[in-house]
Amino acid sequence: MSSSDYDPACLPDLLPLYYRRLFPFAQYYRWLSYGGVQKSYFQNREFSFTLKDDIYVRYQSFSTQNELEKEMQKMNPYKIDIGAVYSHRPNQHNTVKSGSFQALEKELVFDIDMTDYDDVRSCCSAADICSKCWTLMTIAIRILNRALRDDFGFQHLLWVYSGRRGVHCWVCDEAARKLSAAARSAVAEYLSLVKGGEENVKKIVLTDPIHPFIGESLSVVEDYFTRYALQEQDILGRRESVDKVLALVPEDVRRELQQFFQNERNPEKRWKLIKDQARAKQTTAKKRHFDKEIMLQYCYPRLDINVSKGVNHLLKSPFSVHPKTGRISVPIDLKDLDKFDPFAVPTISLICEELDRLKPEEEQTKSEDSKEKENEKDTAEKRKNRDYKRTSLAKYVKHFDQFLDGLARSWKGELLRKSDLQKEF
Amino acid sequence: MQFASRKKKLVSNPKTELYTEPLQFYGQPPLENISLSEFEAFAVDRLRLLKTVENSGVSMVKRGDDYKKKLESELKALDFPYREDVEEPEKRRKDHISHFILRLAYCQTEDLRRWFIQQEVDLFRHRFKGLSPKQKLEFLHKNNLQYNTISGEEKEQLKNELLNSSHGVSGVSLEHDFYKVPFQDALDLVRTRKVYLKEGYAYIPQSEIVAIVLNDFRTRLSKALALTARSLPAVHSDERLQPLLNHLSHSYFGQDYSGQKNVGKISLEQIDSLAGKSFPLCMRQLHKALRENHHLRYGGRMQYGLFLKGIGLSLEQALQFWKMEFIQGKVDADKFDKAFAYNIRHMFGKEGKRADYTPYSCMKVILSNPPSQGDYHGCPFRHSDPELLKQKLQFYKVSPSGVNQILELVKGMHYQLACQKYFELTHNVEDSAFSLSHPNQYFIESQKLLGGGKDVKRETETPQRSQENSAAKGPAAAREPAAVESQHLAEMTANLETDFLKTDF
Repeated sequence: MSSSDYDPACLPDLLPLYYRRLFPFAQYYRWLSYGGVQKSYFQNREFSFTLKDDIYVRYQSFSTQNELEKEMQKMNPYKIDIGAVYSHRPNQHNTVKSGSFQALEKELVFDIDMTDYDDVRSCCSAADICSKCWTLMTIAIRILNRALRDDFGFQHLLWVYSGRRGVHCWVCDEAARKLSAAARSAVAEYLSLVKGGEENVKKIVLTDPIHPFIGESLSVVEDYFTRYALQEQDILGRRESVDKVLALVPEDVRRELQQFFQNERNPEKRWKLIKDQARAKQTTAKKRHFDKEIMLQYCYPRLDINVSKGVNHLLKSPFSVHPKTGRISVPIDLKDLDKFDPFAVPTISLICEELDRLKPEEEQTKSEDSKEKENEKDTAEKRKNRDYKRTSLAKYVKHFDQFLDGLARSWKGELLRKSDLQKEF
Repeated sequence: MQFASRKKKLVSNPKTELYTEPLQFYGQPPLENISLSEFEAFAVDRLRLLKTVENSGVSMVKRGDDYKKKLESELKALDFPYREDVEEPEKRRKDHISHFILRLAYCQTEDLRRWFIQQEVDLFRHRFKGLSPKQKLEFLHKNNLQYNTISGEEKEQLKNELLNSSHGVSGVSLEHDFYKVPFQDALDLVRTRKVYLKEGYAYIPQSEIVAIVLNDFRTRLSKALALTARSLPAVHSDERLQPLLNHLSHSYFGQDYSGQKNVGKISLEQIDSLAGKSFPLCMRQLHKALRENHHLRYGGRMQYGLFLKGIGLSLEQALQFWKMEFIQGKVDADKFDKAFAYNIRHMFGKEGKRADYTPYSCMKVILSNPPSQGDYHGCPFRHSDPELLKQKLQFYKVSPSGVNQILELVKGMHYQLACQKYFELTHNVEDSAFSLSHPNQYFIESQKLLGGGKDVKRETETPQRSQENSAAKGPAAAREPAAVESQHLAEMTANLETDFLKTDF
């Protein structure tokens, strides 16, 4: 069965199996408790579940991994969102005095959604994606990943495929989790270049000198522009798309280019003409960057800034299932970013089927296990820990493990320092 | 801040000693007794001042010469310290005390706090910039603001990056010092990419030091307001102060146009023609987009939905209006009820924290939540390409000279004046006798001029007559079923509400 065989109607049957045997609870808990550096960090975290028929349940919280497991296996949520760490347990938010229940911390998150690129991609629109436009996500990840690391100094970035048409980034550094709403919006705005709604044709205006951040971002776009924009999207091929590009250049240049284009049909050569014009038309007093502006307008990441701004904003959790596509929200390994294929991400039906396909030798072990029956619970536990390894989910969980190991190194020092302090007193 | 108890204390400080600094961070609350009348007078004056700060920031280039002059004359007129080199303890005292009174009035809600902080920060910037270099250093020193400068070596190494990062900062050269601070301390500079960022540190040219000071001021003020909010119950128990404070916080948002008075004065059939005649451009644009796409994204729904509420749509009408439009698009009735009806009821204060939201003012539309891909909200004068705006104005039959006048105003960033000019041109009046600050105000003024205000009113004095009236008009023949429909909707709404309660939303 191929992963495209997912049928949304089967979701209610598959979810119990997924949460009972495949969801990586141990890693998940390890992530959200952040080494236990701060007490009740996990306990005060808001989860929200979307249940069957779009019933939305907010302010769930759990004291232990066990409780989380039990509840998820009971509710079988269609979708899981993660919210902020609050001042009190979110499931008791009604019992505390209003005003004192406050969102204190959360990962700094980014949400990039392909629908926001509809005016610049010709291959698909709305919720549809294809391997061609997926390049936009690759570019977005590379640009933001670089900036968050080099410019802002963050180290623990978890990139996650949303399951359908976009990607999320969870910046998990302690400093990032503690950022104020004002700081989050400043970071998000620093990273946003594409401005304006339907009433703006030109969404990028560069001024001189070009900020190093924009320079760095441009060099990422350059790696992809020819293949992605000129060849695949063919933005300088068809008449209408050419007009859209030319709408972004100043009027005087536009007319000249229109003339040139009549004798030149090759998109790459047309692009060269645009670049030459940008260089030729600049005077010493005023540089012109319309070629760069075009590149950025067509390729620069478009952030949903409101998701990043609020401390209490919810975002779909990694390893949640996308109810429409059935695909698991999996972490993306940036070492193989250019090879990441959203259509190769396993669906819940695929991994559940893989689970049923017991290998003969495992059948063997299983019967031995059951013969032993020394500690039933222990065996069950062990089996569960192994189960995902037999499915296509394994490599994504492995990458998640590596991410968590990196995180663990950061709080090791913190824990040591704390225990030293305790000894002193 | 313990306001109530402090009032009882009698501390006499020689004012001259207390106010030796030209500018302060307002770290210590005033400790003296003041009379109620002085309390009120100080508060009202500061509000006027902050209001001027706000208006000047929108209608003039912030930090430009006009802006500076305007603030200076307003400070002078209201008896606040306006030149920081003259020692005027009385004025400084007024500055100090009035600031703290307004904290009491403006700590109560998120919106009020945000407004107050923004105006105080702008005022502070203006005043800090007026200090002499020596005074600036003294200020930093007195307030323990110390920032690390980078070495000549580092500066040489980062030469290109530093120079290319300082867009808009005049006269930056490597001769001046650069400060290296955690990026969190220079958010305004980070936001606008006016500094070089490396590994979490912002490199700030000396001339921009004011940004860090402001950031610090903003943080302190924000924390202080949160604290003040907590001690508010004590203040509210003081029956002399409570009404005054409430009045203060309400009065300066101007009229709130929340529309409670107008409920039911508009019928859904009127909206199309009203949109053409009496809606400001921003709402006309949203209305058009909604009719064409049968959808609006969240920002648009809020801006337009609250405006409609303000002109008098009832909750039931609003639900019907949005639903009828959305179900012609990609959303079916079921999905609408699940995903969008909540949003509409929320606007009317029927969900969530049940706040009764008020329509957005021009300021809010211009300054907050700018539109992005797929959005039609915002201020057309602020958030459109001039070329598109021009086309649109021509399409709406504004004369060429009128278009030019409007574009001139837009160029000067006078968006509200541009909108008012549009009003004047489309209503054929020479000089509209009001100062436009709210889309709903635009609507009311327009209705007044067109005489439509009375019409609308008469129509709904009694439901009976409104039926007759609209029946006479003809196009509203579908009125009867619509009423049934809305009844039906209301029931559905009630059911939905209990559903939401069940799910602990």
